[in-house]
Amino acid sequence: MEVTFRVRRYQPDSGNRKPYWQEFVLQDVEPTHRVLEMLHRVKWEQDGTLSFRRSCSSGICGSDAMRINGRNALACKLLIRDVGTKIQVEPILGLPVIKDLIVDMEPFFEHYRQVMPYFVNNDPPPADGRERLQSQEDKDLITDTTNCILCAACTTSCPSFWANGQYVGPAAIVQAHRFIFDTRDHAAKTRIDTLAEPNGVWRCRTIYNCTPACPRGISVTRAIGEVKLAIRNGSPEGIIDPATIPTHE
Amino acid sequence: MQTHQFDAVIVGAGGAGLMAALYASEGGANVAVVSKLYPTRSHTGAALGGIGAALGNLEEDKPLWHMYDTVKGGDYLADQDAVKVLAEEAVDSVIELERMGLPFDRTDDGRISQRRFGGHTSNFGEKAVRRACHSADRTGHMILQTLYQQCIKNKVRFFDEYQVVDVIMNQGAVVGTVAIQLGTGEFHLFHAKATMFATGGWGRVWQVTSNAHSLTGDGPAVLFRRGIPMQDMEFYQFHPTGLYGLGLLLTEGIRGEGGILLNRSGERFMERYAPSIKDLASRDVVSRSIYLEIRDGKGIGGQNYVHLDIRPETVNRYLAEAGESCRIDSAYIAKNLAETLDTCRTYLGVDPLTEPMPVAPTAHYAMGGIPTNVDAEVVIDENWTVLPGLYAAGECACVSCHGANRLGTNSLVDLVVFGRRGGKVIANYVKQADFIPLPANPAEQVQAEFNRIRASRGSRRPGELRKEMQHEMMDKIGVFREEDHMRKGIDSVTSLRDRYMNDLHIDDQGSIFNTDMMEAWELGCLLDIAHMTAESAINRKESRGAHSREDFKKRDDTNWMVHTLVSSESGEPYPHGIHPLKINSSKKVNRSLEEGDKRFAPKERVY
Ligand SMILES: Cc1cc2nc3c(=O)[nH]c(=O)nc-3n(C[C@H](O)[C@H](O)[C@H](O)COP(=O)(O)OP(=O)(O)OC[C@H]3O[C@@H](n4cnc5c(N)ncnc54)[C@H](O)[C@@H]3O)c2cc1C
Ligand code: SF4
Ligand code: FES
Repeated sequence: MEVTFRVRRYQPDSGNRKPYWQEFVLQDVEPTHRVLEMLHRVKWEQDGTLSFRRSCSSGICGSDAMRINGRNALACKLLIRDVGTKIQVEPILGLPVIKDLIVDMEPFFEHYRQVMPYFVNNDPPPADGRERLQSQEDKDLITDTTNCILCAACTTSCPSFWANGQYVGPAAIVQAHRFIFDTRDHAAKTRIDTLAEPNGVWRCRTIYNCTPACPRGISVTRAIGEVKLAIRNGSPEGIIDPATIPTHE
Repeated sequence: MQTHQFDAVIVGAGGAGLMAALYASEGGANVAVVSKLYPTRSHTGAALGGIGAALGNLEEDKPLWHMYDTVKGGDYLADQDAVKVLAEEAVDSVIELERMGLPFDRTDDGRISQRRFGGHTSNFGEKAVRRACHSADRTGHMILQTLYQQCIKNKVRFFDEYQVVDVIMNQGAVVGTVAIQLGTGEFHLFHAKATMFATGGWGRVWQVTSNAHSLTGDGPAVLFRRGIPMQDMEFYQFHPTGLYGLGLLLTEGIRGEGGILLNRSGERFMERYAPSIKDLASRDVVSRSIYLEIRDGKGIGGQNYVHLDIRPETVNRYLAEAGESCRIDSAYIAKNLAETLDTCRTYLGVDPLTEPMPVAPTAHYAMGGIPTNVDAEVVIDENWTVLPGLYAAGECACVSCHGANRLGTNSLVDLVVFGRRGGKVIANYVKQADFIPLPANPAEQVQAEFNRIRASRGSRRPGELRKEMQHEMMDKIGVFREEDHMRKGIDSVTSLRDRYMNDLHIDDQGSIFNTDMMEAWELGCLLDIAHMTAESAINRKESRGAHSREDFKKRDDTNWMVHTLVSSESGEPYPHGIHPLKINSSKKVNRSLEEGDKRFAPKERVY
């Protein structure tokens, strides 16, 4: 079948400093073809200047979040049958566009780094030289949020982030959640304090765009809610009933 | 042009590069990591099933057994000193990952949980053993995230989206690299006492692959062009269970959890090829078995695939047959194989809980690469001569702990064990070494090559040439090989290279994220790798591990217990016209374990 791509272009070093729309028509497309592979066909067969990031093509590296028919998704995880034959593709919103579908990810990673996205535990390791013990139930408190691939689909679908780029955004909170609720970690308090600041969790108005945008099926809004509760309580303890945490959807 | 100076520059931010960066910086070195992708985009994140280590958390296990499986799985071509380091240091390395916060799954007593995986056994091949430590089926994702997090904690300096395109040598040592900043198109020089390549694999040489688009063999190609030989390039692994048509990987963990391979008549055909461990035989064996079934017309509906079945009723039936007491249910599978279910549902619309999955072999892993010793130092000849200032680790390196065929879970072990060793060795080296000055105009030649590429106004787009190469390599230098056929493959690669040099077409004339030009440059790397692979494969006149020849069906231990070293004869990095390669087959396999223990001596591989 035939599909038409309508792509938001921006080619700053071609002399044209204005974004514009361009259409590309592809023949012999199957419903099971991935949107990413079709963008590759445009690039490889029609216009080598079309630029986008990609790597794994299997939904795990987080390179190719874009706005496809008005919704954020990974181009490699959407099939043509999911999006129809008229497909509009734009860069994700809220981050400066560098070229075509490529945006500047630095502000996103800056917010990520703000929440101390690393494990902290300065206790001496177990005397037997082995691993620390943890129950599977405790580990499962963070199974959902450890799934995050930092694709930015959630943060760039969030109206609060569009309105204020200083807001750390859902992805950074998901990352913070992964450490705050890790029973082995000791820096929950510092992270909770950071997220209690004006540009932390309270900018979240529970608009709920982030959860459906997440290609990993993470319950983003729920994770944010749990962090909010932890801030209210001053500690992550007792916030969650492990039985209610979905492991993966 | 900007010049940056660091004690150590690590090229690549996958598991191997990040591990090396972490340990080099902990050892006091001033380290930079240069990566063409954001670190968390590296393909280590795609690794699914697990990381092997003889922790013995669920049943008795020992590093010695892990060594035996690795040597046997590698069809006796692995260097046994490297295998010993791999298996022994695996235990410590995994425990260190846990201390860095890696969220492993846990046993009932709170230890790291382990599962079965192909080729891993207890007591010298007696029975399958639980050795693969896992975090559901996203172990690689958790390793990559954890190491990146720790690098942030240690304030390692990152140059993200900088692509290394040349290596700089002076006074008989490596003194740095040339990189392009992708966002601006500017060239940068990285001047270093120690440079490590950790650029990953090159599955994109083949048409059907589990590898990312970015896996184009840049590191080995760049070094090869500067005269450094590559080792054992003929050994490339095809993973048995790629999703049919797409090549996306379905983890061996599926079979580890009890999944079964079936042919068109519903027969569990691996019983015939590997009577004792069946579906969990090593990958080369299973891939060949699948091809043989297909060749015999026993593919599903006579087509080019077989079925992989993880439906609880199937698994439980075979478990009962084998006299095992455990049983699985859908909830268990949904939890432990979440990525697999997601992959099948997303890309095929098949639900593995109710339907079997269509699978066929997919190009997956490079056993060969940049030759190193166990300290990640690059060695350039059969006498193990070290090239000062140059290191390599991870999939791009060939230490060689995998020999002719890698066992599942051993790559992640390789990354963390040899990445860590390399990092420590680099930290010590840079303490006593001085900077050797950069030569005059070190970027001149590679800049000229980029100018050539960008100015190309011929008739062939890079995508078209790449597609043709991938097709030819799949057809002629794939799972089964034969001299005449491979010669034709070399002819195709040669003529593609000719068109690449003389008839290329590039649309993008800009500097900002010129992915058109970068993809073309990467295609040049792939063509070099394809050429090396084919010449090395023709040269090795035996069948061993992943290298299976129809015209030399037997392994030949009298003549071929040696590594292949392939290098460029012209001394010209970007040759036009004929490009002869030089092959050296005199580097002997290290057999140190065998000297003390005859169980490590080559024998016929039966599973
Ligand atoms: C789908 C899949 C599943 C797998 N599952 C398992 C498993 O369960 N267990 C297991 O042990 N192994 C598994 N493997 C194999 C294993 O994942 C890889 O071999 C391993 O991750 C490679 O790691 P690496 O650090 O060497 O390279 P990679 O993780 O591939 O990283 C390469 C790095 O080099 C950088 N780079 C490349 N070229 C350049 C350049 N020119 N300039 C600058 N930077 C550059 C990239 O940006 C990237 O950061 C799997 C592989 C695949 C494809
Ligand atoms: S939470 Fe989901 S959408 Fe947000 S960055 Fe992580 S993976 Fe992407
Ligand atoms: S290309 Fe990796 S997530 Fe889409």
